[in-house]
Amino acid sequence: MRTTPVFVGTARRVSIFGTVVVIGLAALTACAKDEPAAKDDGTGPVSVKASDSGCDLSRRDVKSGTSTFSVTNGGSKVTEFYVYADGDRVMGEVENIGPGLKRDLIVELPTGKYQAVCKPGMVGDGIRGDLNVAGDAPAQVDTDTALKQATESYQRYVNSQAVALEQKTTEFVTAVKAGDVAKAKELFPVSRTYWERIEPVAESFGDLDPKIDARVNDVEPGTEWTGYHRIEQALWVSNSTKGMEKYADLLLTDVKTVVAKAKVVKLTPLQLANGAKELLDEVATGKVTGEEDRYSHTDLWDFEANVEGSQAAIQALRPALQKRDAALVTQLDAQFKAVFASLDKYRDGDGFKPYTATEAEKKALGAVVDGLAEPVSKVAGVLAKK
Amino acid sequence: MSDRKGISRRGLFGAAGAAVATGVAGYAAHSALTGEESQAADNNGPVEFHGPHQAGITTPVQDRLHFAAFDVTTTKRDDLIALLKEWTAAAALLTAGRDIGQYGAVNGPGEAPPEDTGEAVGLPPARLTITVGFGPSLFDKRFGLASKRPKALVDLPHFIGDDLDPARSGGDIAVQACSDDPQVAVHAIRNLARIGFGRVAVRYSQLGFGRTSSTSRAQATPRNLFGFKDGTNNLKLEEADKLEQQLWVQPEDGPEWMVGGAYLVSRRIRMNIEIWDRTSLGEQETIIGRGKGTGAPLGKADEFDAIDFTAKNSDGDPRVPMDSHVRLAHPQFNNGAELLRRGYNFVDGSDGLGRLDAGLFFLAYQRDPRKQFIPVQNQLAKSDTMNEYIHHVGSGIFACPAGVTPGSYWGEKLFA
Repeated sequence: MRTTPVFVGTARRVSIFGTVVVIGLAALTACAKDEPAAKDDGTGPVSVKASDSGCDLSRRDVKSGTSTFSVTNGGSKVTEFYVYADGDRVMGEVENIGPGLKRDLIVELPTGKYQAVCKPGMVGDGIRGDLNVAGDAPAQVDTDTALKQATESYQRYVNSQAVALEQKTTEFVTAVKAGDVAKAKELFPVSRTYWERIEPVAESFGDLDPKIDARVNDVEPGTEWTGYHRIEQALWVSNSTKGMEKYADLLLTDVKTVVAKAKVVKLTPLQLANGAKELLDEVATGKVTGEEDRYSHTDLWDFEANVEGSQAAIQALRPALQKRDAALVTQLDAQFKAVFASLDKYRDGDGFKPYTATEAEKKALGAVVDGLAEPVSKVAGVLAKK
Repeated sequence: MSDRKGISRRGLFGAAGAAVATGVAGYAAHSALTGEESQAADNNGPVEFHGPHQAGITTPVQDRLHFAAFDVTTTKRDDLIALLKEWTAAAALLTAGRDIGQYGAVNGPGEAPPEDTGEAVGLPPARLTITVGFGPSLFDKRFGLASKRPKALVDLPHFIGDDLDPARSGGDIAVQACSDDPQVAVHAIRNLARIGFGRVAVRYSQLGFGRTSSTSRAQATPRNLFGFKDGTNNLKLEEADKLEQQLWVQPEDGPEWMVGGAYLVSRRIRMNIEIWDRTSLGEQETIIGRGKGTGAPLGKADEFDAIDFTAKNSDGDPRVPMDSHVRLAHPQFNNGAELLRRGYNFVDGSDGLGRLDAGLFFLAYQRDPRKQFIPVQNQLAKSDTMNEYIHHVGSGIFACPAGVTPGSYWGEKLFA
C-alpha cells in the first residue's frame, strides 16, 4: 500500500525546496488540465487541489489575519497540507487526508512569506509553493507573544500526531486481531512513528509509557510485559499473532488514554525545549544502538520520528529563539539538516531498510546526533534568560 | 590572570597562586632551577599555555594522560577553523585551572546544561597541558590543505609485527592532555570533545596512569610495566642545543607553519605482561640491556653511566647484547637519531582471556620522523628480543605546530 512517493527529498525539508517547487509547478500545470482550480475572487477560502504529484492552490496571495484552506485530496495516497514559515516552522497543518476527502485548515497568518506544502504519502519534503501574506496584521511579535504562540503551535502539532497515533494504532491492532501478520508488520513502524514523535509528552503521563513501550528488559519483576514490543516479538520471532489479542486490546486502550490526555495537555516553552532534547536522548541511547526494535529492526523509523518530533518543538520556538540567539538558530537548522541527510542512505521507499548497521555506521550516526543534541540542549537556557 | 575569563575552580585561587609564586621564587634561588623545571616541583600549579612552543612537549612529564584522536566530521573549512579557535580559548582557561564558558560549571541558569562539566571543580590546575597535532588525513581534499602537508608528515610504513587496529589508529586531530591529576586530564578531553560535537567526533581515546619517561633532569626516571626504568637517555628540556637539532622543526625544514613545532608519533604497545612475568630476571635484563634495580647499563653501576657497547663478558660476547633494546634504540646505532619520549603506562581492564589489557602508550616528539622514529622502529621491529613480549596495536602520526601566542589559535598559520 505504501509506495515510493515522487517527492521524497534527498536532503530533507529546508534544503532543496527550490528544485521541488519547480517540479511541483510543472506537475501542477499538467494537473490543471484535468482539474481546473475553483474560481477564486481573492477573498474566500483558498481551495487546494492535492494529488499524488501536485499541490494546486487557487491563489497564492492572501490577506493577513485568518485564512481558510480547503484541501481536497484527489490522489491515491493519504496526504497532509502544511503552511510553513521560515525554517519549516509549522503555522498550521491538516494531516491524514484520505483519498477523496476534503478538510479545512483555518490558520492565523501575519504578514510575511510562507510556503504551502502538500505531502502525498505523508513523507518527505512535500510539494512546495510560495504563499504571500500581505496586510495590516503585524509581522513581528514580541518575545512573550512569540513564546505563547510557540506553545500553541506545538500543541496543535501534538494534537495532530495524537489523532494519527490513535488512527494508526487502531489499524495495527485490527490487523493483529485479524491474524494478518503481514499487515501488522507493515503497520507496526507506521503507528510507532506518531508515538515516537510525541514521546516526551506521552511519558509525562506516568505509568502509561512502560505499558505501551517497554522493552523486555525494562519490565519490572512481577509485572506483565505488554505493549508494542510484546507484539513485535510475536510478529517477528514467532511470525504469528497467536495469543496477542489481549495485548492488542490493551495497547489500544492505553493509547486512547494517552491520546485523550495529550490533546488537552498544556506545555510551557521550557517543556518544549526539554522535550526536544529528550527526544534526541532517546535517539542516542535507544535507536542508534538498535535496542528499540530489536526484533523488527525498524529502529530507523523511530529514529526519524524522534528527530521530527524534536524539530517540531524547535520550529515552534524558532521566532522566540531567533530574537535571542540567531546564531543558535542557524546552527540548529544546519544540524537538523545533517541528521536527516545521514538517514538517506538507509531509506527504502516510504520507510527504511532493516537496521543492521555496522559499528562504524552506528558511530557515524551517533556523531551526527551528538552534533544536533548539543545545540538543542542549549535552547532551554536561552529561553530562560531574562 | 585578571584579563582571563572563566571562573576559578578554587575560591582561594588568587591567594594560593601568590603563595605558590613566592614558594617558587625561593626554590629557584636555592636550586637555580629554570622556570620550566620549577613547574615540576609544584604539582598543583598551572603551566603557561602560551609560548613559542606548545606546552606538553618539553614540560616536565606529568603523571597522567588522556589522549584523544578526533575525526573531523564537518566538511566546512570555516567550521574547522571556528572549532580550533574555540578549543584554543577553552584550553587557555582549562590549563589555568578555570571553568570554561561564561558561567562555568555551577553559576549558569538552572534551565540550561552547565557550560563546564564540573568534575574539576575544587581541583587545582595540576600542571595541565593540552597539546594539539594534525594527522595526515587532515591534509586530504576536504579542507584545501593538501598543499600544506609537511613532507615529514609521512604515512608510517608497516613495521614487522605490526598488528594495528584501524579503530585505534590514525585520526585527523590529536589532543594530548597531561596533568598530575587524572580527573583534570579527563575533564579537559571531555569538555573539548563536547565543544566539538557536530564538527569532530572522538575516534579513540587512551588513558595513561603513569609516566614512563622524564623530560627534565629534575625528574626521577619512572618505570614502565616491565618494571624497568624507562627514558633514562631521553631528550631533556635542559639540553637546549639538542632540542633544536632533534626536536623542533627549523626554518630550513619547512613548511613555514610547522617551524617551532614537532612531529608526534603515538603507538599503543600492548605488553604480554603475564608472559614477561615468567621470564627470569637475568633474561629480562639481557633483553633490555640494563639492570632492573638500578637502571644502570649492564656492566655499570649507575643509571646515568654511559653504555659501553664494546665490553665483553667472560664468554667473549658483548656485555650489552647485540639484540638488546638499549643497543638497538641507541643514537650511536641510529645515525644519532634521538626522540623526546613522553609515553604512559596503561591498563584498560582485562581482555576476554583474563589477561591484563596493559602496556605502554608510546608518545615521541621529534623534528623529522623519516630520520628518527621510522629508522629506529624499523631496526627494533626487525631485531629487538623484546618483540616476543609486545605488539603494536595502535598507531598515529601528527604534526604539532608551534606554540600559541595570545590572540592566535592552534593552526592559525596552517589556515592562513
